[in-house]
Amino acid sequence: MITAERKPFDKILGLVGESKKVLVAGCDTCVAVCLTGGEKEAEILASELRIEAGMNGRETEVEHTSAIRQCEWEYLDLISDKVDQADVVVSLACGIGIQSMAEKFATKLVVPGVDTNMLGMPLEHAVWLERCGACGECVLGETAGVCPVVRCSKSLMNGPCGGSHEGKCEVKTPEGEEIDCAWHLIWERLKAQGREDLMFVDRPPKNWSKGSSGGPRKMVRVEARPV
Amino acid sequence: MTPEKTEITEDTVDGYKAGSNLEKILSDGRFAVTGECGPPKSADGSVIDNKAKLLKGYVDAVNITDNQTAVVRVCSLASAVVAQQNGVEAVMQVTCRDRNRLAMQADILGASTLGIKNVLCLTGDHMSFGNHRDAKGVHDLDSINLIKMFKDMRDDKKFQCGEEMTVAPRLYIGCAENPFGDPYEIRALRLKKKILAGADFVQTQCIFNLPKFKKWMEEIRSLGLHKEIKIMAGITPIKSAGMANYMKKAVPGMDVPQEIVDRIAAQEKGAPQQAEGKKLAVEMIKELAEIEGVAGVHIMAVEWEPAVPEIVEAAGLLPRPTVA
Repeated sequence: MITAERKPFDKILGLVGESKKVLVAGCDTCVAVCLTGGEKEAEILASELRIEAGMNGRETEVEHTSAIRQCEWEYLDLISDKVDQADVVVSLACGIGIQSMAEKFATKLVVPGVDTNMLGMPLEHAVWLERCGACGECVLGETAGVCPVVRCSKSLMNGPCGGSHEGKCEVKTPEGEEIDCAWHLIWERLKAQGREDLMFVDRPPKNWSKGSSGGPRKMVRVEARPV
Repeated sequence: MTPEKTEITEDTVDGYKAGSNLEKILSDGRFAVTGECGPPKSADGSVIDNKAKLLKGYVDAVNITDNQTAVVRVCSLASAVVAQQNGVEAVMQVTCRDRNRLAMQADILGASTLGIKNVLCLTGDHMSFGNHRDAKGVHDLDSINLIKMFKDMRDDKKFQCGEEMTVAPRLYIGCAENPFGDPYEIRALRLKKKILAGADFVQTQCIFNLPKFKKWMEEIRSLGLHKEIKIMAGITPIKSAGMANYMKKAVPGMDVPQEIVDRIAAQEKGAPQQAEGKKLAVEMIKELAEIEGVAGVHIMAVEWEPAVPEIVEAAGLLPRPTVA
């Protein structure tokens, strides 16, 4: 799933500026699951904005709503009435939803209320870990189901660097927590599967043009297109 | 599997891949000595002049680091040229952290046109260790891809994309390996992977845990790898007990046994600890030189280059051989 974190309140205030009618728009899919931008979080942010305006003597109307998926036109149609009435929309969807909203309502000011950060999974309750870099050329079949593109700090494709120590990466999270060495995980799992030889296969330079280096990507499913 | 042999072409007619001082000494089976020079964090070229002059005659070549520990310095290409202008052959380090395949190929062509013959292919320390922690890490290639790319340029006159060039860079290609990195059991085989990619020589992480290094060398010999690549054992003289502790605790991939820290700490701070550090380095070099398959030493005296001549002399490695 796509994960995101809410922007600091002051940043959101800065983006809203002097607008008199604010709509906070949640999205009930990925960002709701990661407890960042669903209807409940939209309601909370709307309350915070209302309280802040009241405390500072500003007459600001703040409403909230939520779309089933902000990244699809049909679901945006369902909230268009509320959007029409607002001066500014604070979208709590991922970057895709925010852009869909901005494109659908192109004359409206649409600002992000979250920072989209990764394609991750909930490893345990309320903890998400990055799992996919959407590189466009999946190598998981050779790497025992562990992605070296995003789980190795240096995106190494041919084994661990010299900084792997007791299963941990030389890099720490910004909070100072340890990170598992992806290549250590790969090696342990390859051993368990009896596929050690895959560790010593020469993997040529990766074709990054299939990922974000190739420019904005487009996918067309021809067979599903209308005739 | 054995690594491909370099085909003798008109460019390798002298029998060498690059014809560098370092290559000739190692190929002739003589015990080689390399040093290391970290370029300055300013445009003061005299720093490189001075470090090169200090090492001249005491090492066969000097590694020029490439934004070491992810801190911006004079680039390794310019510094390597300056070192050679001062009469010391350079080993230009190239990391995959800061440049993509276009930039690395362009730089190696430029380096070759300026007379650089030795190159060391590295992944590079992560940006989070350095002074530009917000930087985007490039990591277009990894060090094994980099070795192969330079080898293909040299031997096949081909760019990474497959296009041909008219004049190939003549390079003696090095890599690094950490016998103390984990998982330990893949470390010898990982060197084999680098040999197959095209590495001619390897400089190891600095060695303090001699028994573990000897065990690694046993594995290297059992795979016959010491016959396929020139192995230079890494040495770092310890300047103080504080430095020993720091390396033990904070430097990724280092294995500093407690008895080494204690040995330095047993001396008084300052000159006595420095003297002990140099003495230890000399002892290590002498022991390493006895290990079958060790072809030389790489002395990394981090910001302590003045210690190198003394250590090389005390280790009985002078005079350095002259090659034609």
